[in-house]
Amino acid sequence: MKIKFSTLAVHVVLAGYTALALAPIILVIMNSMKARKAIFLAPLTPPTPTSFDLIGYARVFSDGAIGTYYMNSIIVTLGTIVITLLFGGMAGWALSEYKFRFNKLIGIYLAIGIMVPIRLGSVAIVSMISGLNLINTLTALICVYVAQNLPLAVFILGEFMNQIPKDLREAARCDGLSEYNIFFHIILPLLRPAMATVAVFTMIPVWNDLWFPLILAPSRGKQTITLGVQQFLGQYITDWNAVLAALSTAIIPVLIFYILFSKQLIRGLTSGAVK
Amino acid sequence: MANVSIKALNKSYGPVDVLKDINLEVEDGSFVVLVGPSGCGKSTLLRSIAGLEPVTSGAISIGGRVVNELPPAQREIAMVFQSYALYPHMNVEKNMGFGLRFSGTPRAEIDARVSEAARILQLDPLLKRRPRELSGGQRQRVAIGRAIVRKPQVFLFDEPLSNLDAALRVNTRVEIAKLHKLLKATIIYVTHDQVEAMTLADKIVVMNQGRIEQAGKPLDLYYRPANRFVANFIGSPAMNMFEVTVKSRSAVQTKSGAAIKTQVPLEFKIGEALTFGIRPEHISAAKGPANFSVTLDMVERLGELGYAHCELGTGEKLIVELRGEAPVSRGQKLQLAFDDANVHFFR
Repeated sequence: MKIKFSTLAVHVVLAGYTALALAPIILVIMNSMKARKAIFLAPLTPPTPTSFDLIGYARVFSDGAIGTYYMNSIIVTLGTIVITLLFGGMAGWALSEYKFRFNKLIGIYLAIGIMVPIRLGSVAIVSMISGLNLINTLTALICVYVAQNLPLAVFILGEFMNQIPKDLREAARCDGLSEYNIFFHIILPLLRPAMATVAVFTMIPVWNDLWFPLILAPSRGKQTITLGVQQFLGQYITDWNAVLAALSTAIIPVLIFYILFSKQLIRGLTSGAVK
Repeated sequence: MANVSIKALNKSYGPVDVLKDINLEVEDGSFVVLVGPSGCGKSTLLRSIAGLEPVTSGAISIGGRVVNELPPAQREIAMVFQSYALYPHMNVEKNMGFGLRFSGTPRAEIDARVSEAARILQLDPLLKRRPRELSGGQRQRVAIGRAIVRKPQVFLFDEPLSNLDAALRVNTRVEIAKLHKLLKATIIYVTHDQVEAMTLADKIVVMNQGRIEQAGKPLDLYYRPANRFVANFIGSPAMNMFEVTVKSRSAVQTKSGAAIKTQVPLEFKIGEALTFGIRPEHISAAKGPANFSVTLDMVERLGELGYAHCELGTGEKLIVELRGEAPVSRGQKLQLAFDDANVHFFR
């Protein structure tokens, strides 16, 4: 009986937290499907037949640039994930596998990267990016996001690599694989759960970020979806229908990515390698 | 296949010497077993031969070629790990052929070698399975198969049986012995189990604290151990050993004053302090004149034989092998005899 009570308590807490986390999202989706008046008069009620209106979506999709914004967001997010995982994995491998001078020091240097918020360096970043002639390019965004996410990726992936049995790498060395082949054919396939974790942690802040798109790539063709939505927010009038509709649709790609990555979060992938 | 020759090999981790002046010849096609207590350096020696550990000084040659500076892949060795170290994300077939894929071996050749190895090791029905779907013994066979397909000059085995249960261990041991005959391979095999060493080896190398204590044929080590360590390590239960003083040409006396009648070789002087050794299986109940007498303490019966734990003098324990159901009881005095040829003296 006691066990049942504690399980119940855990579920109550979790359900409460889930409700808290989901409530704003549900509110956005609900109101995105209502007429402007209904949004303000009864923001907490779901759309009724009288208040149901897809005008927001119509306005979003009639804006020709919205597709470009999505594309930009997807390119930046995927580009960041791929590069972060590749270089994070390689750096983690180097730090965990090879003993060399300054190994520890480089580890500490990377740890500082986790502690210092990258936005503190905004001014320097802008001048650096403009010096490189990369202002208003998606490359600039990808570079900055990779820099932002790399330290944590190196640590998480490095930790996971330590758990891969040493015998496996040595067996591969005896089998005649080069160090690069060991990394790509033995280590990376076994790191899939860790890489999915890092991908999720990397993806969400990048997708949601407004700051760097605003200062590094604000021109119309290069805006990401979070920045693109801002055009519906005016100084005097805000098109709430369009804002809410754009935000609702912005959830979809990130949800798809999440589902794809979470499939990789399989436990016990290394079981059977060694006793 | 090739011979392996190790000359004046030393290895140290900082101030700690783990291998000290190792000299070893492994003849072409022979089965050499490195044996010793844990931490004696036997695995380190094997890993040095494999190229997984750099050595401090000395030379390792495989087939007449010094390989000190070569990476493992170019040494033409194949290693079987204690933990098997199978690639978990590949099936059995891919596990075995994986190394060959990177050496530029043609596809058809890889398939032929893998199916040949699978046939030898009876792995055919398991080729499409992942390592996690295999039992310990099957994994072990895959690990051996992976070594076979590479057609190495030398096979290196690092305690391959220690993760298997007792029954499987005996079976696999027999299979490895058969495999050695079949492939006529040069094998260097590390174990801490002296039964494996005795049954498999053409030559046993007993190691202790980074040194080779003795190297030789299994029965040579059993009958003619070079020193106390080897005498104690080879044989189970271990050899009975006592600190004695030579009293006359035909008797020695233990520290507690118990007398043992035995012919003392002329090289030892009267009054010299020695270690006297006799194996439990070389002692029997005296039918004629006894060599010494003991008090029985306890009997372990294992079925076809038993071990009598006896006391020779104060604090001097001794084990005697009993055959059949010799009627013995606790506290009984036993008159025991042995053949002088089986006695060992160590300075």
